[in-house]
Amino acid sequence: MEILLENLNLVIFLLLFIIGYTFGSLAEKRHYRSIIQREAELLKLAVVTAEGSFPAGQVKESALVSGSAVISIDYFKRILATLRNIFGGRVKSYESLVDRARREAILRMKEQAHKQGAKMVINMRLETATIGRNANQKKQIGSIEAIAYGTAIVMNK
Amino acid sequence: MIMTNVNTVPGKKIVEHFGIVQGSTVRAKHVGRDFMAGLKNLVGGELKGYTELLQDSRQEAMKRMEDQARQMGANAVVNIRFATSSVAQGAAELFAYGTAVRVE
Repeated sequence: MEILLENLNLVIFLLLFIIGYTFGSLAEKRHYRSIIQREAELLKLAVVTAEGSFPAGQVKESALVSGSAVISIDYFKRILATLRNIFGGRVKSYESLVDRARREAILRMKEQAHKQGAKMVINMRLETATIGRNANQKKQIGSIEAIAYGTAIVMNK
Repeated sequence: MIMTNVNTVPGKKIVEHFGIVQGSTVRAKHVGRDFMAGLKNLVGGELKGYTELLQDSRQEAMKRMEDQARQMGANAVVNIRFATSSVAQGAAELFAYGTAVRVE
C-alpha cells in the first residue's frame, strides 16, 4: 500500500493509460461499425468532388449542404503519438482519428442531402478547424475538427 | 436565397453579378465545455459540445453572408467557400465567402 502511495503519480498515469486504451479502442470500434453501416445505407447517394454540368430542365433544386464532426484522441493514443514523435514515422493513432472525423463529417453532409431528397452532391470540399488547438500539446485538447460541404442536387423526375 | 458551392446555380441562368460577399464569426468555447472536453479527452470519441460550436459558427457565418447578399439585391450566392483560422487560443474563426448573383 505504501509503495502505491509513494508512486501515486505513476499509478495515476497507468490508470489513465489503461482507461484510455480500453474505452478509446472500444469507442473507436463502435464508431467504425456505425460509419461503415451508414456508409452502406447511403451508398446510392453519389458524392463527387467534380463540378457537374447539367442539361437545362433536369435540375429541380440545388442547395448547400454541410456536415461537421469533432473527434478527440484518447489518453493512450496521445502517449503513443508523443513517443512516436521521438523516432518519427507514421503516427497510426492520429491517422485513424483524422479518417474517422472526415468520414463522419461527409456522412452527416450526406444525411442532410438525403433528407432534402437529393440524388447527388457535387463539388464536395473538406475543411478542418482548430478549436481544441494542436493535438499534441500538453494541456490542450487533442481533437480533429472536420467540415464537409457541397452542393446537393435535386433532380426533376 | 439559393446557396451553392459550384460556379453556377445548376438548372438556372445567372443574369447579374454583384461581386464578393462574406461573413465571418469568431467563437470561443466556454469553460464548462472546455472542462467536459478535457474529461472526454481521456477516453476519446466525439466532442459533442465542439461539434455544436462548429455548427453554430458555420450557420452564423453563412447567415451574415446571406444578409450581405440580400442587401445587394441578390437572390443567390454561388461558389461558396469555407475557411478557418485560429485568431486567439481557444477561439476559432469561421469564414464563408462567395459571389452574389441574381438568377432568373
